Amino acid sequence: MSAEPILKVENVTRRFGGLVANSGVNVEVRQGEILGLIGPNGAGKSTLFNLIAGAFPPSEGKFIFEGKDITNLSAPRRCQLGIARTFQVPKSFDTMTVIENVIVGGFVRHPGAAAARRAALEVLDFAALSHRANSPASELTPPEKRRLEVARALATQPRLLLLDEVMTGLTPSEARLGVDLVKRVRDQGVTVVMVEHVMEIVMPLVDRAVVLDLGRVLAEGTPAEVVRDPRVITAYLGERHRAA
Amino acid sequence: MTSAVLPNSVLANENAFASRRRNQLIIAGLIFAAVAALPRFVTDVYMQNVLILTLMFAALSQSWNILGGYCGQISLGHALYFGVGAYATTVLFVKYGVSPWFGMLAGGAMSAVLALALGWPCFRLKGHYFSIATIVIAEIGLLLVHNWDYLGGALGIQWPFGPDNWATLQFARDKIPYFYFALGLFIVTWLVTYFIEESRWGYWWRAVKDNPEAAASLGVTVFESKMAAAAISAFFTAIGGAFYAAFVAYIDPESVMAFRFSLLMALPAVLGGIGTLWGPAVGAAILIPITEITRSYAGGGGSGLDLIIYGTLIMVVALAKPEGILSIFRRSAKSENAS
Ligand SMILES: Nc1ncnc2c1ncn2[C@@H]1O[C@H](COP(=O)(O)OP(=O)(O)OP(=O)(O)O)[C@@H](O)[C@H]1O
Ligand SMILES: [Mg+2]
Repeated sequence: MSAEPILKVENVTRRFGGLVANSGVNVEVRQGEILGLIGPNGAGKSTLFNLIAGAFPPSEGKFIFEGKDITNLSAPRRCQLGIARTFQVPKSFDTMTVIENVIVGGFVRHPGAAAARRAALEVLDFAALSHRANSPASELTPPEKRRLEVARALATQPRLLLLDEVMTGLTPSEARLGVDLVKRVRDQGVTVVMVEHVMEIVMPLVDRAVVLDLGRVLAEGTPAEVVRDPRVITAYLGERHRAA
Repeated sequence: MTSAVLPNSVLANENAFASRRRNQLIIAGLIFAAVAALPRFVTDVYMQNVLILTLMFAALSQSWNILGGYCGQISLGHALYFGVGAYATTVLFVKYGVSPWFGMLAGGAMSAVLALALGWPCFRLKGHYFSIATIVIAEIGLLLVHNWDYLGGALGIQWPFGPDNWATLQFARDKIPYFYFALGLFIVTWLVTYFIEESRWGYWWRAVKDNPEAAASLGVTVFESKMAAAAISAFFTAIGGAFYAAFVAYIDPESVMAFRFSLLMALPAVLGGIGTLWGPAVGAAILIPITEITRSYAGGGGSGLDLIIYGTLIMVVALAKPEGILSIFRRSAKSENAS
């Protein structure tokens, strides 16, 4: 069972009008790993997340999750099956408190409100957000909002968690807490795919990395292999390093 | 996230939450009891009438609030469901001698089914387009009833005079029983809201309102959530319509399906606090007496004066307190919790 990938992205293409955001993408996500999805701005990383989570359908290709073809399933159905995601631009429920945001996610596993509330409290504890439980989500700082995105996704008890730039804009100490959170999530048996721009954060954390460029998979391998790949260096790292 | 020992913070939070919910119920019970005592002090028939209408619109707006406030689907066509309740009850009673109590439930069920049938296409529309569609559909309904002889057409239907009793909901001499019926209906809609608020639907509706895309990613079936809210909302709106038909004992298309009713159901919630437990009641307590008193001064219906007043009130609220009058109190409640 563990040899079987938890998710197979097979030949996925997504067009927006004339723009090809994902083009013939093939990716396998292994059970229990932390996979880094990297690439320059506009490479199609968030698009791929949206496609995996079912926010919109692919133009071509399919998705196999735990051996099951999920290509035609709705986003909530995929969540029930165990796929959760965060949004690059946090989409908190701003008329609700932090704990209420998390409870929404809890209902997928707990039909009763009391059980969903307890699960949410435990998730908040896990994500170190308990002290903010009763704050309105609209009053959170940007780093806290990203943390809430993660907590809410965790409340759905996912098997596969897609994290889209959850460390962006964090101070080094906040980022360390974030890294620690991702590790603890993985230790719970959750497979993680994360999009991140800051190489110093992603590379030590992930087991493998996939590099997207212009909608295509450019390279794939261990962090060490990927950073040495000349194509990656020209397409992404070089540009990044120059910018830095 | 299965921890063998629950952290203290979890238990403390659960206890605090449970006592907050309990207090809400106790306060509501006290308010209901105080309102129930009002007829002892209000003996003027005209003022009793205003009280009855205020309670009725509080209940109607509470029902509207389920779809419009919690789920964020702003309907401006609820007069349609109000009319279905009024007509179903009236036709069943006047033409077939069916008890209004049964007619009321039948009207509620018909409205809920109608809401589902209309929701099927309409919930694919976003924001303003949804609201516009509801206005148009309600106007079409009004036109249909106008030209529907079986329903009395433009002339409407008169309830027969009978002895005062609860079985037929007829009280010609003393209006106080209507007061208690309206209060009962308001309490029922309040309780329904109170319990749904802390249930899966309640959370899912608010999530759908705030951000449907994020909601869907968390397992919320957005379309089904809207449909459920619409059906429950339409059901209780129709019960209100049935009550109104019995209360005025004569209905015609304009008197139960005019656009004015759609506004009068939406505005109290907007004014008092949209998507809150007490918003509709607070809004109705302010808006309905003003409406009724200006109507009696302006002489009968038909004048646009009350519409001008609603418009002005809404603009004032939108500019000064977009979350409604209740949000003024919410601030102070929160700082209490913090200390
Ligand atoms: N809903 C959409 N409609 C039209 N074009 C889109 C849409 N979503 C993404 N795109 C386009 O697809 C391309 C890939 O975008 P995507 O957001 O997937 O990139 P990304 O790799 O996540 O970039 P970033 O690092 O900036 O977040 C971009 O050119 C973007 O403008
Ligand atoms: Mg992106």
